Amino acid sequence: MKISVIITLKKDVLDPQGKIIQQTLDGMGFNDIDEVRQGKYFEIYTKDKDPIKAKDKVEEMCKKLLANLVIENYKIIDAQ
Amino acid sequence: MKSSVITFPGSNCDRDMDVALRKFGFKNKMVWHNDGELPKSDLVVLPGGFSYGDYLRCGSMASKSKIMKSVINFANSGGMVMGICNGFQILVETGLVPGVLLRNKYLEFICKNVFVKINSKKNTYFKNINNEILEFHIAHNEGNYFCTKDQFNEIEDNNQIAAYYCNKDGKVEEQFNPNGSIKNIAGIFNKEKNILGMMPHPERMIDPSLSGEDGSVFFKNLINNLK
Repeated sequence: MKISVIITLKKDVLDPQGKIIQQTLDGMGFNDIDEVRQGKYFEIYTKDKDPIKAKDKVEEMCKKLLANLVIENYKIIDAQ
Repeated sequence: MKSSVITFPGSNCDRDMDVALRKFGFKNKMVWHNDGELPKSDLVVLPGGFSYGDYLRCGSMASKSKIMKSVINFANSGGMVMGICNGFQILVETGLVPGVLLRNKYLEFICKNVFVKINSKKNTYFKNINNEILEFHIAHNEGNYFCTKDQFNEIEDNNQIAAYYCNKDGKVEEQFNPNGSIKNIAGIFNKEKNILGMMPHPERMIDPSLSGEDGSVFFKNLINNLK
């Protein structure tokens, strides 16, 4: 089973990389962008067959390693 | 006084730290990250470098390594643990000190000498130190200290700020902040002040012909405080 997780920076956390991407896009002519926030995406392939159990485990992984909850939020977006 | 320096894959200031500790009288042991047992130590140092290639987040992998369980137990029982640079990043990832270290504000790797002002001498690291302003070296890409408002209030209430970036006269102002860290914070203690995380490198300032002597001031004072 594949579990997909995205990790994003919390709202108040400065994202200098996102800001530079936005500025670069602006320079390329994409002038309608107010803000870009960069995040991370993980695909976790597990032997678990039960999606609920698998999601619970991935949630634990997010809390313990994949995300730093001081600055980041995680969201399990898919399990299939 | 006995010290231990932990070497992680990708540490590169571990030997410098070893040289510094020995120079000022510590009997230092190098400890590999995959060891389970920490040697008997009066001070444990997590050195600078790029442990695990800074994968995921700086210090995140190292914070889960085998030796860290012993280091966390040692720290939680009052043992002196100092994390410098990547060591500071490892400390925040373990949660032993509050906050996180974000990418530098202007997205550049910074490698230069800076001045830091010691915030308080009511701790074993800086007690009795003569100089309140020290010139240390920084070399980092993720030294931008950040914490939540609640964490910051707690840090201030408990006097946990160890040092601020400043100019040579000790002025703490935004213009002397190299990396965008909150309130010019260069180093943080845990509540009990036995754990210190600091971005600047005192171990790079122990030789007047190479750099400076402010690191010598720090280490001489530290070993005296531990005796």
